[in-house]
Amino acid sequence: MRYLPLTDKDRTAMLAKIGVASVNDLFVDVPKAAHLDGPVKGLPLHQPEYEVERHMASLAAKNITAGSAPFFLGAGAYRHHVPASVDHLIQRGEFMTSYTPYQPEVSQGTLQYLFEFQTQVALLTGMEVANASMYDGASACGEAVMMANRVTRKNRAVVSGNLHPHYRDVIATMSRMTDFVADLQVPSPVAIENLTALIDDQTSCVVVQNPDVFGNLHDYSALAASCQAKGALLIVAVTEIVSLGLITPPGAMGADIVVAEGQGIGNGLNFGGPYLGLFACREKYLRQMPGRVCGQTLDADNRRGFVLTLSAREQHIRREKATSNICTNSGLCALAFTIHLSLLGEAGLTRLAETNHAKTCQLADKLAALPGCKVLNSSFFNEFTLELPKPAETVVEQLAKKPILAGVPLSRFYPGDKALANLLLITATELTTDADMDALASALKEACQ
Amino acid sequence: MIDMEQPLIFEQDAPGRCGVDLPSVPAHKSRLGNRKRKGGVGLPGLSEPQVVRHYTRLSQKNYGIDSVFYPLGSCTMKHNPRLNEKCARLFGDLHPMQPQSTVQGALEVIDQLAGWLKTLTGMPSVAMSPAAGAHGEFCGLAVIKAALEVRGEKRTKVIVPESAHGTNPATAAALGFTIEAVPADATGRVDHAALKAKLGPDVAAIMLTNPNTCGLFERDIRTIADEVHKAGAYFYCDGANFNAIVGRVRPADLGIDVMHINLHKTFSTPHGGGGPGAGPVMLAESLAPFAPVPYVVHDAKGFRLVEHAKDAGSNKPFGRMKGFHGQMGMFTRALTYILSHGADGLWQVASDAVLNANYVLASLKDVMSASYDGPCMHEALFDDRFLKDTEITTLDIAKALIDRGFHPMTMYFPLVVHGAFLIEPTETESKQTLDAFIAAMRDLAQKAKAGSVEMFKQAPRFTPRRRLDETLAARSPILRWKLEEALDVSGKNAA
Repeated sequence: MRYLPLTDKDRTAMLAKIGVASVNDLFVDVPKAAHLDGPVKGLPLHQPEYEVERHMASLAAKNITAGSAPFFLGAGAYRHHVPASVDHLIQRGEFMTSYTPYQPEVSQGTLQYLFEFQTQVALLTGMEVANASMYDGASACGEAVMMANRVTRKNRAVVSGNLHPHYRDVIATMSRMTDFVADLQVPSPVAIENLTALIDDQTSCVVVQNPDVFGNLHDYSALAASCQAKGALLIVAVTEIVSLGLITPPGAMGADIVVAEGQGIGNGLNFGGPYLGLFACREKYLRQMPGRVCGQTLDADNRRGFVLTLSAREQHIRREKATSNICTNSGLCALAFTIHLSLLGEAGLTRLAETNHAKTCQLADKLAALPGCKVLNSSFFNEFTLELPKPAETVVEQLAKKPILAGVPLSRFYPGDKALANLLLITATELTTDADMDALASALKEACQ
Repeated sequence: MIDMEQPLIFEQDAPGRCGVDLPSVPAHKSRLGNRKRKGGVGLPGLSEPQVVRHYTRLSQKNYGIDSVFYPLGSCTMKHNPRLNEKCARLFGDLHPMQPQSTVQGALEVIDQLAGWLKTLTGMPSVAMSPAAGAHGEFCGLAVIKAALEVRGEKRTKVIVPESAHGTNPATAAALGFTIEAVPADATGRVDHAALKAKLGPDVAAIMLTNPNTCGLFERDIRTIADEVHKAGAYFYCDGANFNAIVGRVRPADLGIDVMHINLHKTFSTPHGGGGPGAGPVMLAESLAPFAPVPYVVHDAKGFRLVEHAKDAGSNKPFGRMKGFHGQMGMFTRALTYILSHGADGLWQVASDAVLNANYVLASLKDVMSASYDGPCMHEALFDDRFLKDTEITTLDIAKALIDRGFHPMTMYFPLVVHGAFLIEPTETESKQTLDAFIAAMRDLAQKAKAGSVEMFKQAPRFTPRRRLDETLAARSPILRWKLEEALDVSGKNAA
């Protein structure tokens, strides 16, 4: 077996050193009835590289990849160009095959990029501090609510109906399992929510999204002020991180905690994971923040260096009193994010965000002109909700046969909600071409007739 | 390692410089309303060659499995095959919300991996979506909580051995359970009598790691399982150490009801400097209906995701753990790894992992203090008794090991012994490497006893940084770069 270096001669010599006759003797503590007498029956045996690759390639061939068709999906996962150097660099063994930087002297590479990453996240979100990443945007959002409960010592979260449904569902799950109240509002692409009216003296936080799940842009400044006045925290979720290159960041609106899905920078679609949870907050809440944090310090020679810090919040020190049970972050995804954002820089990120917006404006204009179709948004970044004259899911299935990957029918998230059945969530990015847009417009026209 | 100063990207900024080329922005009618960002973000401008050199140089400041022996106990730092990376990228360009007819291959990967995990554990069901071990623990205990609700029972306690990973009590506490800690006995196993005394009608579950964090197999596990079940509680196994028994022992045969598996440990998906991981949760028949959404089912029309509780039929999913469908990139890597090994290769994985650990134990027990008698499983545990009266600590030995070109073992964990050294070689290390490590450890142990205090306290000396001041970092946290706090490139006069 190509990954196992021991030879039979080695094994014999090692058993002799240990003083047992066979490896089975090392398993003496296993109850006899539970110890198999040989490899698990009914499973294939080991295979050469090329056979395994052939198997995996044959499975991959059953998919239609995003890049092989006109493609318009978003809804929390975005297809942006990832420069070739990003994937090359994250596959360097020193990054990929290291672990949590428990030994900082031999982990300065990981620690320095985490420090850069935290700075980038704080800058993008307009917040004071950020952690070293979490599993994904949705789970970070759940952690944010738990943090708000700790900070305010209250236990009722008001959740916007226009929060991504997976984020909402994670909050609802945490609410059920960890015993706080989640006041979930009804989704609507057009209604104006009055969340301020829902804040009471037991409200720990209000959770909103920008752009929201239907693509609408919001100014949450007034909501932030209401939260502050009533002692609740404002949590703003951002599912498309590229948007922050162009739109007002949550920090500038007065958010207390910002969670985001960082996948859109540096990371591919990967069928939904692994993704990159971003988590930023005001400095005064730092010691209630979940997750790993990297900090600057000095070494014995008085040189700048970096370490994991504030670990007194964490489970390996605090056990049942920890701020969160989380142990790992999304290290390698954070590295991809940091490298891509370093390549983009100020000029590149702005241009990228503007390009996304411009293409989406063009597409919205094109589709709004189709008979029976209506763009429901008054504002958007790179995603909008299109109302069709018939159920969106049917249309999407029909177009997939061409193949055109037309967008996300909202019925996939909200099955059975008749008000949303005809709505299609459509995204354009820098990768969307004029030909893609024309193909979608003409296919939609045909399908909606 | 290259000992070269590498300024932060923010210190390499030239305004306007850019590492990507994008065409000019097409003409359009803006829909931003008045939501346009005012002022810049503050990101630095670098070109591609600068970025490539920067991160290449940073990488060279790290120890990784590719470059050094990395016996970090309980973390299973085994070789990460590059075939896994190649195959994962075959599934990289799929959107999670594509019509399911267009992602049949991806769903089949999830189904195939689930099939292998079920066969290898003997357990009938698996929740694939948890993103890491601790996330899996949350999922497993949530399943138990949901099952207890259906049973109409309010059980408030979870029994956790003192040797457990910190995530176990942290997870149980997050779910509102009270923790009942159980000490280890003289042999390094959970104190069976103490455990039995804690069992009662208010106990929801026991969380037991097996093989445990002392690197030992819990001999009484079958009896414990029976007692737990008799008390009406569930048996949660932390599967962090599944690597020791994969392919040789099926957890179902040990009476386990729930077990998470760290794909980044046993099944070799890269640790990536601290993630991403994946933590599928194996479930017994009685708990399977409560698994969270989404999950994959297979019927005449092909593979299909169940994404909503209302579509789950008679199942009662407790909720959702994360966005979308789980750590697909880890599933493809783990499946590639499993197919490469096959049933026979996995048998050998467990065999060699245990053999390597016992070889280390046997080769060091005369100069270091082994905490418990062998045989051990996949990792060997020592404590600091052998350093008594030397002024040298476990930490000092770890730092000195770094100067010998090894990543240190896990230190100060598990908590049940003093000054722990937890050494997990894994099966992908050669005898030559183990011999070199053993020689270094023996030499350090002897130098420690001979009183070379200064050498230890000065270590490490050959690394990009010497020992770092963690107290300073925590006392006045600097967690991001700021222009006003900027340092000169040499890093002198820092903070």
